[in-house]
Amino acid sequence: MKQAAHVSIPFYAQNERFSVLNVGVSNMPVILWTDAMIFLLLATILAAALWIRKRPHLVLPWHRVAKGSVGMVSLLLLSLFVLVGLLDTMHYRAALPEKSNGQTVYSAEVLSVFDALAKGIKSRSEKTYSAPLAAYLYAKESMETPDGKILRDYPRLRYGGVHLADPQRELLGDVLKRTVIGALEGLIIGVLLIAVSNMLFHFFIKLRTGRLSTVPEISKDNWIFTFTRAMKNRPFRALLITALLIAMLFGMTINLAAVYHVLGTDKVGQDVLYLALKSIRTGLVIGTVTTLVMLPFALLLGIAAGYLRGWVDDVIQYLYTVLSSIPSVLLIAAAVLMMQVYIEMHPEWFETSAARADLRLLFLCLILGVTSWTGLCRLLRGETLKLRELEYIQAAQAFGVSTSRILTRHIVPNVMHIVLIAVVMDFSSLVLAEAVLSYVGVGVDPSTMSFGTLINSARLEMGREPMVWWTLAAAFGFMLVLVLAANLFADAVRDAFDPRLNRTEAVA
Amino acid sequence: MIAYLIRRILYAIPILIGVNLLTFSLFFVVNTADDMARMQLGMKRVTPEAIEKWKQQHGYDKPLLFNAHAEGARKISDTIFFQKSARMFAFDFGSSNDGRNVAREIQTRMMPSLAIALPTFLIGLLIYITFALLMTLFRATALDMLGVSLCVLLMSISGLFYIIGGQFVASKLWHWVPISGYAGGIDSIKFVLLPVLIGVMGSVGASSRWYRTIFLEEIGKDYVRTARAKGLSELRVLFRHVLKNAMIPILTGVVVVIPLLFMGSLLTESFFGIPGLGSYTIDAINAQDFGVVRAMVFLGSMLYIAGLVLTDISYTIVDPRVRLQ
Amino acid sequence: MKSDLSLNPLPSAPPEIGRGEFILNVDGLVTRLNNGARIVDDISFSIKQGETFALLGESGCGKSMTALSLMRLLPDGIRIASGDIKLDEEDILALPEYAMRKVRGGQMAMIFQEPGLSLNPVMTVGDQIAEALKLHQKLRGDEIRPRCVELLEQVGISDAFRRANEYPFQLSGGMKQRVMIAMALAGQPKLLIADEPTTALDVTIQAQVLKLLRDTQQKTGMALLLITHDLGVVAQMAHQVGVMYAGQIIEQAPREQLFARPAHPYTQKLFAALPDAGRSGQPLAAIPGNVPPLGASLAACRFAPRCDKAWALCHDQVPEWTQLENGQGVRCHLYTSQIGSDKLNLNVPLSPGSSTASGEVAGEEGSDSSLLQVENLQVHFPIHKGILKRTVGHVKAVDGVSMNIPAGRTLALVGESGCGKTTVGKALLQLITPTAGSVRFAGHELIGISARQLRKQRAGMQMIFQDPYASLNPKMRVAEILQEGMDALSIANNSDERQRRIDELLEQVGLEKASKWRYPHEFSGGQRQRIAIARVLAVNPNLLICDEPTSALDVSVQAQILNLLKSLQQQLGLSYLFISHNLAVVEYLAHEVYVMYLGRIVERGTVKEVLHAPKHPYTQALLSAVPRIDGQGMKTVRLAGETPSPSNPPQGCHFHTRCAHAMAECHKEYPGETIITATHRVHCYLAAE
Repeated sequence: MKQAAHVSIPFYAQNERFSVLNVGVSNMPVILWTDAMIFLLLATILAAALWIRKRPHLVLPWHRVAKGSVGMVSLLLLSLFVLVGLLDTMHYRAALPEKSNGQTVYSAEVLSVFDALAKGIKSRSEKTYSAPLAAYLYAKESMETPDGKILRDYPRLRYGGVHLADPQRELLGDVLKRTVIGALEGLIIGVLLIAVSNMLFHFFIKLRTGRLSTVPEISKDNWIFTFTRAMKNRPFRALLITALLIAMLFGMTINLAAVYHVLGTDKVGQDVLYLALKSIRTGLVIGTVTTLVMLPFALLLGIAAGYLRGWVDDVIQYLYTVLSSIPSVLLIAAAVLMMQVYIEMHPEWFETSAARADLRLLFLCLILGVTSWTGLCRLLRGETLKLRELEYIQAAQAFGVSTSRILTRHIVPNVMHIVLIAVVMDFSSLVLAEAVLSYVGVGVDPSTMSFGTLINSARLEMGREPMVWWTLAAAFGFMLVLVLAANLFADAVRDAFDPRLNRTEAVA
Repeated sequence: MIAYLIRRILYAIPILIGVNLLTFSLFFVVNTADDMARMQLGMKRVTPEAIEKWKQQHGYDKPLLFNAHAEGARKISDTIFFQKSARMFAFDFGSSNDGRNVAREIQTRMMPSLAIALPTFLIGLLIYITFALLMTLFRATALDMLGVSLCVLLMSISGLFYIIGGQFVASKLWHWVPISGYAGGIDSIKFVLLPVLIGVMGSVGASSRWYRTIFLEEIGKDYVRTARAKGLSELRVLFRHVLKNAMIPILTGVVVVIPLLFMGSLLTESFFGIPGLGSYTIDAINAQDFGVVRAMVFLGSMLYIAGLVLTDISYTIVDPRVRLQ
Repeated sequence: MKSDLSLNPLPSAPPEIGRGEFILNVDGLVTRLNNGARIVDDISFSIKQGETFALLGESGCGKSMTALSLMRLLPDGIRIASGDIKLDEEDILALPEYAMRKVRGGQMAMIFQEPGLSLNPVMTVGDQIAEALKLHQKLRGDEIRPRCVELLEQVGISDAFRRANEYPFQLSGGMKQRVMIAMALAGQPKLLIADEPTTALDVTIQAQVLKLLRDTQQKTGMALLLITHDLGVVAQMAHQVGVMYAGQIIEQAPREQLFARPAHPYTQKLFAALPDAGRSGQPLAAIPGNVPPLGASLAACRFAPRCDKAWALCHDQVPEWTQLENGQGVRCHLYTSQIGSDKLNLNVPLSPGSSTASGEVAGEEGSDSSLLQVENLQVHFPIHKGILKRTVGHVKAVDGVSMNIPAGRTLALVGESGCGKTTVGKALLQLITPTAGSVRFAGHELIGISARQLRKQRAGMQMIFQDPYASLNPKMRVAEILQEGMDALSIANNSDERQRRIDELLEQVGLEKASKWRYPHEFSGGQRQRIAIARVLAVNPNLLICDEPTSALDVSVQAQILNLLKSLQQQLGLSYLFISHNLAVVEYLAHEVYVMYLGRIVERGTVKEVLHAPKHPYTQALLSAVPRIDGQGMKTVRLAGETPSPSNPPQGCHFHTRCAHAMAECHKEYPGETIITATHRVHCYLAAE
């Protein structure tokens, strides 16, 4: 454990410099532990995709996924979340203007590319609460009027709506105007983007078929035809409409966020939209890295128990019965408490507070992984027990094929659909679990922005009169969209991969 | 059958020992006693004497597994493992940080927990199964589609939302029931109503969908076709044949949680200020009272294992293949 | 060809019952998938009271869907598109659902193929019958139970009162099917639909169930719609036969007429594809190609692609229904056009090529060099019981089997399910560790040697499995499947050589070279079995253990595989251990036959000796139970009861509990071996006398 934590420091590539968005100052890239895990995960997914591409029977179920509108739309939404998460995963430490002994000094604050992109809304901090799209603070303050009287009223915001001379009169009009303009801008850019990508796609197909000259009708017609033909495809139509809607939403948000706090501000005046967007990465990390941790355990132990039987099976069954008999919340709570003590006793490991919070996040993933592998393990064991009786396994045994080869060539490929279904199904429940755990106090570090910490901080504000509702609404809203998209996508994947649901196709 | 049950009960013993060893190593081996003491006393400026005193007070000053200085049987018994872990088998959970007896505390807090959890469980079961049966009856129609979509939507909403939202709407806007608190006897109803409602609501999506999957799996089997070929109506097929067979997978998932009802729900109880075991656990976690957390972990596992045994017993009731072999 | 078939005396006709009025009239029934594909395409037939109408067809031809259409019990996604079904003048398709429920089980009952899955596992059989009684006989309270018991007795279940309180899992397969019949009879239906009622049962049990169906029909006078793929069952049971192919009835005739002169080329080929001793010298007339998939729709004769008499017309026009004399009807252009009748007069011989019994002669000489010698092979599985799961006994799955397979010969191991024949095969390959005994393969003892030494011997002996759908890994290409054995046993060293070998193998088993890049799911059952054969041939074995390799295949495809096995034996000099329950296949393929009962060989000898002059009562019963189209063995023994459990075999001769000739000594001691000829040996006191 000690060792593992120490290695976190060498991840800072000391000599490498790169500039973020032409800031002009060279910054130090930082790869936190969870960043490394995410990159590993990305590499795995990429490698898997390349592997699958060449195997038609593996591509087949993905084609089935692609045929469903719901699945594709939710995938689009998910990929937007993933995009934000990935931008927020590329971390760096900004170089400070002053130098000591000719050496660049770096800020102690670890930022991400996303922070740089959202610098506008991040830096425009108000004093305290303000409602969404407001120009005034949410609390009355004593102010001195020009004529010297002390007045108790809602003061203007430092940033929100400052361009308005008389917000009470102009605010609504301004908001409407910006909304409409933003939506239109979004729509136009969206249409342009789609047109350009369609042309590129057309060009690409033409290039390929032109070289191979096997599909004459494509090489003949123009790009508009390519488009109209694609529009006959239902999922494609659904995707297109969703993409345009999202583009409009983006346009609106960007336009409004330039001068307002779209989702209001929290107690210390931070923009809630920024906080909610930052929470996405935490949710994604919990949902994916946990799986990455759990998968090897479940797969290895599950198929070992099922295939080898005997004492190996007894030991593995005992292990997972013991682990699963401890109620998971309690086990997680106990483990997280112990981890907290452990981390607090070793403050010297962490150069920045971000590194510390990050390690806590990673440990949370580990703990969640250790407590959640049992279910999948049991499933895989059962499936392997069934598979090992199948005749193709016996045929392999009759050839004297080694056990390890039977496991990797015959068993693993035939349980992968279960693994995949379990992984996508688990994702959403892990995102939800994070919120609960953070709320209970055994989740992520309080300094890490997550849906759980956001809800936790906002809960007490419910008691205020009038009520501060926007933080909660933002957290729950973002979480709902993320989890709903994940659930719908998981259903699409399950429907496409479950052999029992696709029996007719398999036989025919 | 008796041999089967005895074997299942005997199997619980090594598992319980495993759980005990696991919690022991989690609580006493990962961090040293000194670390724990420093943590409890505040990080800064802690004198070695204070640490020693804390350890002595809380019984952390003994060796972990083997006491070389003690005499006879005390070599084993005068250790942290024996005092803190092994004695939990006899329901001796020691005392909490504020010096109260944990076992007695558990006893008094069980009833409020049960008052919330049991109605939630029963009403929930009824509603989920009814909902699922309806969806099964109207399978492959628009109604079924609507039901499933609703389930997916409901299960995508965080449990925290149901609690916060429900509490807000019911208590603040409509002044139906008190926001939080608990009273014994008949008064408890008005305190219990909202938490139960929210508890049922919280898992209606996931549970109904799960039951629906089970029913659909059953309804595709050959014996259902036989029942229909007899001329039974769809409703009779569903209730007399499908439901009866679906009980086997349903019980696997359901009976196991019955003993755990004693533990209550962490979130609901802490939100509504119910003095049950759930809020007790949350408070202990927030106060970093490891003694209580440890006790709850062990108690929870014990109840879970009791649930496993109960599940096995319930099989003998619904599945003649288990009962008669 | 016609004379060939008509020479055979037909089985004694099923009892003529006072056949009366038409009770079921189906006219132009069309059943479609929701996407429009026709599964049942324009079917018309009628059944008279007291008559048995057999729908004969291979898997996927739509015969079960026809039955479910009659009951209006089609699965989701399939519906009746048009047509007319009248049961006793009542328009079935016009009935509202609540009225249809009275018809189901009341007027028209149905039994299914898998009795094990068709009964509710958590209800007693009495309760399940009672449900039907309450619904259709309006019986109440005390009346129900006695009627239940009565019904169970009627279907030949002994100790019916106790059985009524038992659950399906406590009954054997044959008894479950009897319960299904009792349940169907509870509503006193006018029509009983039996969908492959005996396919999942052993031959001796099948004979019992078929007899029960006949007797019941005689007693009640109900009409019977029998759905089957088995020509033998049809020969025994049917009055009228409809032959189905790809969703259509292509020929319909009274049974005698159909067996005497089948009109449609498909029906003719079906008869010719049946293996039996008379053909053992020559290849079977296999029908090339495969049964078209469900719902494949063609604007032509559906059999044309596989028909050797087809000409241009067949490929672009659907033949109309043609009524011939003697109540025979056919859907074939041969009978509608001039070209057709010319072709008919040509009288093309059925079996391709008169390849005489050259292979047979070579095989008959045999060779004394024994390839596999098995001595006293035993496989016992422990039974665990009690709290500590102690071993309280053993299932003696294989209990002292000895055999001898010479090179280039086929030895058939015959027996009913559960007799241990598959276990023998797997124990020989050391897939299951034998408890005792000796297995010498090509002079090397296999039992007790190390895994490494065993691997050296593995190439010599390989296995072909029963289920072609489970025996190929769905995630591997054909080339990878074929290569696996070569890799594991280091055969063919470089990859070029391997690829060449794979091409060669595919050609050898009759598949295209290009198929090596494809995955198993793209192949039909017969093609998969060819791949499985190529897989074992890849390691150049001398002995193939074939575990029911054709029992999952259609008759027409079975013939292809049997032909392939036979020609491979001639080309490569392979030995086969052919494990089967199908005596006709055994008679066609084997040189020697071993009959197995409860883990022991009860009789062995050459094919002629065992199958034509059986000495053991069990062998005799087995032979007489097989429904044949040539009328042999109809009068002999019917076996009562079912095979006892191998965990607790009867004292003395294992067979005495079911044997009609059992004597006092049979109860005491297992009979020793009696030598009848040099090759024919039997374990029976009768033969010893």
